[in-house]
Amino acid sequence: MSAVTFTGNSVMDIDAAKVRGAGSNVYFDKVSVAYGTHVVLHPLTLDIAPGEILAMIGPSGSGKTTALRAVAGFVRPASGRIRIGATDVTDLPPYERGLGMVVQNYALFPHMRVEDNVAFGLRAQGADKPLIGERVKDALATVGMATFARRYPRELSGGQQQRVAIARALAVRPRVLLLDEPLSALDAQIRRNMVEEIARLHRSLPGLTILYVTHDQTEALTLADKIAIMRDGRVCSHGPTTELYRRPPNRFTAEFLGRANLLPVTVVEGAGPKGFATARHGDVVLTGAGRDERAGDKSLLCIRPQHLSLTADSEHTNRIVGTLREVHWQGELTHLVLDVGGTPVRVSATKLPTALPEPGARVPLFFAPTDTSLLPEDAGV
Amino acid sequence: MSEALAIGAPTVRKREPGRLWIVPPAALLALLFFYPLALIARQAFLDDSGVANVAEIIRVLNSRFFLNALVNTVTISVAATAGCLIVGLVLALILAFVPFPGSGFIARLIDTFIALPTFLVTLAFTFLYGSAGMLNSGLMEAFSLPLPPVDFLYSTWGVVLAEVTVYTPFILRPLLAAFSLVDRGQIETASVLGARPFRIVRQVILPAAVPAMIAGGSLCLLLTVNEFGIVLFIGAKGVITLPLLIYGKAIQESAYQVACIIAVVNIALSLGLFGLYRFAAGRLGA
Repeated sequence: MSAVTFTGNSVMDIDAAKVRGAGSNVYFDKVSVAYGTHVVLHPLTLDIAPGEILAMIGPSGSGKTTALRAVAGFVRPASGRIRIGATDVTDLPPYERGLGMVVQNYALFPHMRVEDNVAFGLRAQGADKPLIGERVKDALATVGMATFARRYPRELSGGQQQRVAIARALAVRPRVLLLDEPLSALDAQIRRNMVEEIARLHRSLPGLTILYVTHDQTEALTLADKIAIMRDGRVCSHGPTTELYRRPPNRFTAEFLGRANLLPVTVVEGAGPKGFATARHGDVVLTGAGRDERAGDKSLLCIRPQHLSLTADSEHTNRIVGTLREVHWQGELTHLVLDVGGTPVRVSATKLPTALPEPGARVPLFFAPTDTSLLPEDAGV
Repeated sequence: MSEALAIGAPTVRKREPGRLWIVPPAALLALLFFYPLALIARQAFLDDSGVANVAEIIRVLNSRFFLNALVNTVTISVAATAGCLIVGLVLALILAFVPFPGSGFIARLIDTFIALPTFLVTLAFTFLYGSAGMLNSGLMEAFSLPLPPVDFLYSTWGVVLAEVTVYTPFILRPLLAAFSLVDRGQIETASVLGARPFRIVRQVILPAAVPAMIAGGSLCLLLTVNEFGIVLFIGAKGVITLPLLIYGKAIQESAYQVACIIAVVNIALSLGLFGLYRFAAGRLGA
């Protein structure tokens, strides 16, 4: 089944254009949610542009699912408004919001065949029979499940069930698609394939706005145009995916979105016209991408493990030396753990020198200033 | 591979020591259940002097009192079961899906009905709806009526109402258990897709509850077919059911063969319903 891929088709593409024209941005206007006196979502202001995939990620209890449920209409905000397109949906029941939703456990109706599952929303909305037939066919074709229309959910694998759940959500031509940890129940291999297929699906439906809640950073990094990182009911960072990964604004973002080495440094000279600052770690002066640091500021220099190299080249002008502690070989990658002035530093390398140093050896590490980012030490949001 | 080994291996008959454990429960069942049933069945074919009398069976089965009792039994049990299903379903839906403080307490309170003797509810009903009950007294006083205006309790419908009150928890319990297993994700997804509450109940929740409804409904049907206390206690005029008829013939008239013939029919009816329940439950996975 993993070989089957989602395929865009003309009917979907035409409709996607209609959706885009209708305007399907989601706007959280100071939305907060509380259960009694316990605030689970602090006032949140966030705009998801039409056709954008926004991934909300964060640890359990961070408020990401609550935010999605507020959009769906399952929880009522204690304050603030939610708009979808031009419509204020805050007071609308879920069935009047024009959404599609896919949840972790698929939530297929077990007593209905695949085609009836996909037709459910259309029937609920009173669509004509010929239109239902056409839409069901299109939606199943889009997710590569056309030949499974007469099956019951119990006769499908987890991955197939999730495709049907996506087809069911797409068949109603939603203004916004809500995906609540949709791949969490799948095993790793199928999940990887599904992530790629959802990305492909979105390319074929460019007008579809998607709010994607996950705790899996890989899914978020692969799929999202933008990411909002949640912590303790608040957005602690929000921005374009690549920007957030390359220039995390705070320690939590740096550590939650991929692995990060955070070297404590003291700024020697703030960022110049090219955006690079110099900072001292011990007695080593390093260059890194800066923001608005000033000389003497305590900062953290963020370096991703894959950007550290055991060999120097013309771009890798920064050099630190650490003591090798551990080596973990994982097939495609080898992970090294070093101690650099008391800070553990991880290196992920695809290629290693033929004579790998023994644990305890002093090993030089090289990295490029463009692969680093300075972030304030006290910004541990 | 293991199959090949098994075929090739010599057959050794071994007595499994565990097999003997079937004897005590089987003997107990035979002594306490099957033997008395066999005695009733035997008595149905013999008159009081111990002579086989098949003509009496035909006479009883064609008699007006038997047919009346049979019709009453079926009418009351079917109506009461339908009432239990409707009331139980509505209550279970409210308790399971409409969040309100104290819903768990209410569910447990309804559960306690199962522990009470059936005639107690009937007694309470006479205080409430009887000719000298609270409702009639109140209405007579309020509207200066000479006679009690509410007179349903001493009829078939009084019996049905009492049985619905007593046996609804037998529907409610399995329904609540079934509803607790309904995936909330299915309900929420259906709602997001545009389904209103009534459609969700009809197309998402009820199909999941069908086995529980069949199980509870069949149990209810079985219990109401054999209900004795409520019918006796209400003493509704002309409302004679099979169990009441058996009691009357055996205890009041000492017509043991007639009582046993009716008892055999009653047993056949109960076992038939039970068989139907097992069949339906098996087909629907209850």
